[in-house]
Amino acid sequence: MKLKKLLENIEATVLSQKDNIDSIEIKGGYVSDLLSDVLGNAKKGDVWMTIMKHLNVIAVASHTEVSAIIFAKNIVPEKTIIEKAEENGICLISSSLSTFELAGILFALLNSN
Amino acid sequence: MIMSEFWYYRESKEPEAKKFMENKPEPDYDLSYSIGERDFVNTGKASSEIKLALKRLGVDNTILRRVAIAVYEAEINVTAHSRGGNIIANIYDNCVHVVFKDNGPGMKDINQSMEPGFSTADEMIREMGFGAGLGLPNIKKNADVLHIESQEGANTFLELVIFYE
Repeated sequence: MKLKKLLENIEATVLSQKDNIDSIEIKGGYVSDLLSDVLGNAKKGDVWMTIMKHLNVIAVASHTEVSAIIFAKNIVPEKTIIEKAEENGICLISSSLSTFELAGILFALLNSN
Repeated sequence: MIMSEFWYYRESKEPEAKKFMENKPEPDYDLSYSIGERDFVNTGKASSEIKLALKRLGVDNTILRRVAIAVYEAEINVTAHSRGGNIIANIYDNCVHVVFKDNGPGMKDINQSMEPGFSTADEMIREMGFGAGLGLPNIKKNADVLHIESQEGANTFLELVIFYE
């Protein structure tokens, strides 16, 4: 599924990789704020939904090859982190919804296909 | 003080891995990094660069991911739990051997540290999103060889090997 389709169904702001947003594919999702849990379990092509916004999320996203990070509850990381994401080709999104709501919407969309 | 030691060999790789560990041949080249105590800004550099070096060698994507995750977790361990240390990645044409040495304070019991959920992390480490006690199990999950030596009050030595095929 295209990431774009998820974005049409949530209230979201794209923070990085705006130019590539149309081409990003998503296969699943993972919800966690523990970075080692994400490193151990998130799959390539997942959307990672979290409230963790420390710089380390960029390395974790890069190593696990998730398609995008969605920060819940309007969380926006610091500018330097957004720049680092841009540099590393990581798509960051901020949404007003909670991780529970985001995961529910993504789950429903993926299973309606 | 009792030194404690941990060895793990992935079963499917055991014969070639043991042969490698016994011979420790000269690498094609190596990459080295230093890690500062609690330097969460620069940590992650080694795993990213080692991954890139192997990518240039044409190493398969699933292997790159395993190398990146194992090395990153070990980098985080040195950053979060030690007084700093260094990393040397020995690059071969069929595997990568990465060695981590820190400046203490060492682990009381490695087997306990290997148990998922066991952690000595403080509040700061937890705020960074680490300290859930999953780091060492993640390294083991991704490595073909994992060897750790430590002693309370002394330094910790960790080495891992991942084969490209």
